[in-house]
Amino acid sequence: MRRVRAEILNSRKLGAFQSITLVAPEIADRARPGQFVSVAMPDDRRFILRRHFSIHQASRRGGWAGTLEFVFDPQGPGAEWLAEAKAHQFLDVIGPLGRAFAYPRAPSNCLLVSEGYGASSIFFLAQELRARGKRVDMVLGASEESHLFKPIEAKRLSQTIVIVTADGSSGEHGSVMDVVPRAAQGAGTEVIYAAGPRPMLRTVAEFCIEQRIPAQVAVEEEMACGTGLCFTCVVPVIRKDGSGYDNLRSCTEGPVFNPARVFWDRWTSEETRAIPTPPEGFPRVVSSWPA
Amino acid sequence: MAGVKQSLSVDLAGIRLASPVLAASGCAGTGRELAGLADLRRLGGLVTRTLTYKPSRGWPGPRVAETASGIVTGVGLQNAGVRAFVAEDLPRLARTGIPVLASVGGASLQGYIRAASILRGERGLAGLEVYLSGPDEENEGLPFYSRIDRMAEVIGAVSRLSMVPVFAKLPALIPDLVPAARGCIRAGAHGLTLIDAVPAMAVDVRRLRPRLGAVVGGLSGPAIRPIAVAAVFRVAQALPQVPVMGVGGIATAEDAVEFLLAGAWAVQVGTALMVNPSAPTEIAQGIAQYLHAKGLASPGDLRERMRLTGERPARGASAS
Repeated sequence: MRRVRAEILNSRKLGAFQSITLVAPEIADRARPGQFVSVAMPDDRRFILRRHFSIHQASRRGGWAGTLEFVFDPQGPGAEWLAEAKAHQFLDVIGPLGRAFAYPRAPSNCLLVSEGYGASSIFFLAQELRARGKRVDMVLGASEESHLFKPIEAKRLSQTIVIVTADGSSGEHGSVMDVVPRAAQGAGTEVIYAAGPRPMLRTVAEFCIEQRIPAQVAVEEEMACGTGLCFTCVVPVIRKDGSGYDNLRSCTEGPVFNPARVFWDRWTSEETRAIPTPPEGFPRVVSSWPA
Repeated sequence: MAGVKQSLSVDLAGIRLASPVLAASGCAGTGRELAGLADLRRLGGLVTRTLTYKPSRGWPGPRVAETASGIVTGVGLQNAGVRAFVAEDLPRLARTGIPVLASVGGASLQGYIRAASILRGERGLAGLEVYLSGPDEENEGLPFYSRIDRMAEVIGAVSRLSMVPVFAKLPALIPDLVPAARGCIRAGAHGLTLIDAVPAMAVDVRRLRPRLGAVVGGLSGPAIRPIAVAAVFRVAQALPQVPVMGVGGIATAEDAVEFLLAGAWAVQVGTALMVNPSAPTEIAQGIAQYLHAKGLASPGDLRERMRLTGERPARGASAS
């Protein structure tokens, strides 16, 4: 991983999203699908944390060699500022960060499932899989048409594609999981990759486990540092020997995980409560907690 | 000012720091994370994540909420336990050659004693920092810092066990901060770390719920810096002989100099490290430049330099 001052080559709207392409050969040369970059915010200290974006595209060869593209939802503090950034402006970028998707060794039929922003890393993955002679099929989901990620590009990258929106404004009407079983069967899927919000990943994971399809999922957790220092972006993962679980950092041990080992019941039930369950080793009844 | 031989080194209760800028507890990783981004050898020292006797998984998420000029975090002391630290992380951290201070936590006096016993005599450990903001199960779950006698018990036990200097980490927002500081020193602490994260909460108004899994967490970052400076100042005025490490929202050299002028012997950088991995190095360089510009030889020279009552520049004097 490197930290660089990277020049913005261009910034453009992509439906409801914003796309920024950077000149960052030090990062682009090493980037693999599933990894992310960390971008510093302005120095005025109004909001201080870096923002983290999965890598949508990294070009090592050709006319775009050394460039890196990431896509984001231009909502909220930080993202709004970034969406205003213009070409030739410089950003403080760290990357590539995190564990990438692994590729299957034997020739395989891969189904790539994504929802909303999650599609960002899936396109990069599709290219790399195709370059390795794998068959790529896609399920591309979103809440509505404007949040659908480059559907034309997706068609170009995949053998078959199913588009599905929650409001039916584009493609089929429903959720990603309504169409995954059919898509997997039609494509003779042997491996599933998924990226998107927690509930969607869970349904895909359950399908994969039930059908015994090897899978990898990329999580979208809120990160503070992105480099493994702060332990704020953890995901509960069951140990290999089944003896319990550990909270693993999605920035360093993830963001790509084996869904069969994610402790979904715990992870998806983490609604905050008025009286939270205390960490182990601390008394049950307390008036203050370790921060 | 030619002729002044300048050095950034600091003697902190017998720990020799090459630079007065340390990495604060919970913010510098285990020596692996920053590889390639920052050179740990250029830190004045490093305070580890708070270690407990038994491993802890910490709070469920979300664990961070960004607020104005700061972050509210509730991690819940996730750590692999003090034994795992000694076996895995300490050797790696010790190889950097910088002083490593282990932060020790617990939920009971026994917990602190067990953790400190395992760390006792560990080579590669330069000091201990005692985390006192956690709930005390022998005192209705109130934080250890809520009773001076309780803090003194913990500090006393840890200091008696420890073969290296012990620093008590105190929060800012207790009314009897100076008596608490004095109590810790009397109990055996060699120095103090001021301040800990400030208790804080952020609420998601759209979804009508707390933004943290822990509900209430701790605020850190530039938002708490003035609070921390005041705490350092109050304690340093009362106990000028006691080595104090100032921590809270330091992101630039100027921030660090504020603490040094207020009476800190050294400073710790926490949240800023998550944003800018080379912040400690940049801050140390900035302090050196400041000292040079003021014609001072070492960071310790700043301790007595702040002008207080009676020495204000005359009104209307130009700012040149």
